[in-house]
Amino acid sequence: MSGSFNLDASFAAVADPTRRAILAQLAVGEATVMDLAKPFKMTQPAISQHLKVLEEAGLIVGRIDGTRRPRRLAKAGIDAMDQWLAMLRKALERNYDRLDQVLAAMESNKDKERKTR
Amino acid sequence: MSKLTLKTEGDTHVVVTRRFAAPPEAVYRAHMEPKLVQQWMLGPEGWTMPVCINEARPGGKIRYEWTNGKGGGFYLTGEFLELKPYNKIVHVERMHLPDPTPDNHVETTFEPDGPGTLMTMRMTLPDPQTRAAMLATGMERGMEDSYVRLEKMIGNLIPASR
Repeated sequence: MSGSFNLDASFAAVADPTRRAILAQLAVGEATVMDLAKPFKMTQPAISQHLKVLEEAGLIVGRIDGTRRPRRLAKAGIDAMDQWLAMLRKALERNYDRLDQVLAAMESNKDKERKTR
Repeated sequence: MSKLTLKTEGDTHVVVTRRFAAPPEAVYRAHMEPKLVQQWMLGPEGWTMPVCINEARPGGKIRYEWTNGKGGGFYLTGEFLELKPYNKIVHVERMHLPDPTPDNHVETTFEPDGPGTLMTMRMTLPDPQTRAAMLATGMERGMEDSYVRLEKMIGNLIPASR
């Protein structure tokens, strides 16, 4: 059941706001633990721990470059980001669907006013 | 077909467009008059906006408070920078969660589009990280319902053995 294990790991990994922010940062480009520790105001071990979770979830991959080990998004990570954008789009769309109804009600009130005049 | 587009632009912008069947005057009013705003700017099902303050003048204050009726809630404050009825609203806003997020500069325009309106909302965040955080926060809310569905789905997969 390795498939269901990966699904669980991916969902658990993106449920954390810091890890989502790390993914967003890696979407801009490769980064090392040191690059990430500074803007997130976290210690390097804390960042390493988050990176380990993301790596095990298959959302990021690393490569070796001398003593550095820069990480980048894995294809699955990019797909996850796309999915989030789709979710946000859906939440906004729900608001605007309601606005459509408000606008329709405004229009029919105006018609009523016109008729009673 | 979805009428909404949402895209990131450059390092710090998010641009949302949406078409409406009503003319710009009505869409503008629905963004400015508290009694109308309270009917639609709500997010997921079950949330309401008991407080909605819009001081409709440059420098005027904005304050929206949301609640889910179960002890959950957050609020937004802001100021209007420019108001051009019924065509343009420029304001800054920040969410209080409860710490305030960095200012989001928002320019919303309402252009006639046949008998309806094309709304373009252009948000500018102070830096790429703030934009990423804002998208993640918005996504969290959108994802709430999805997580509930996922839980149900997983629940159905587990045989009721006890």
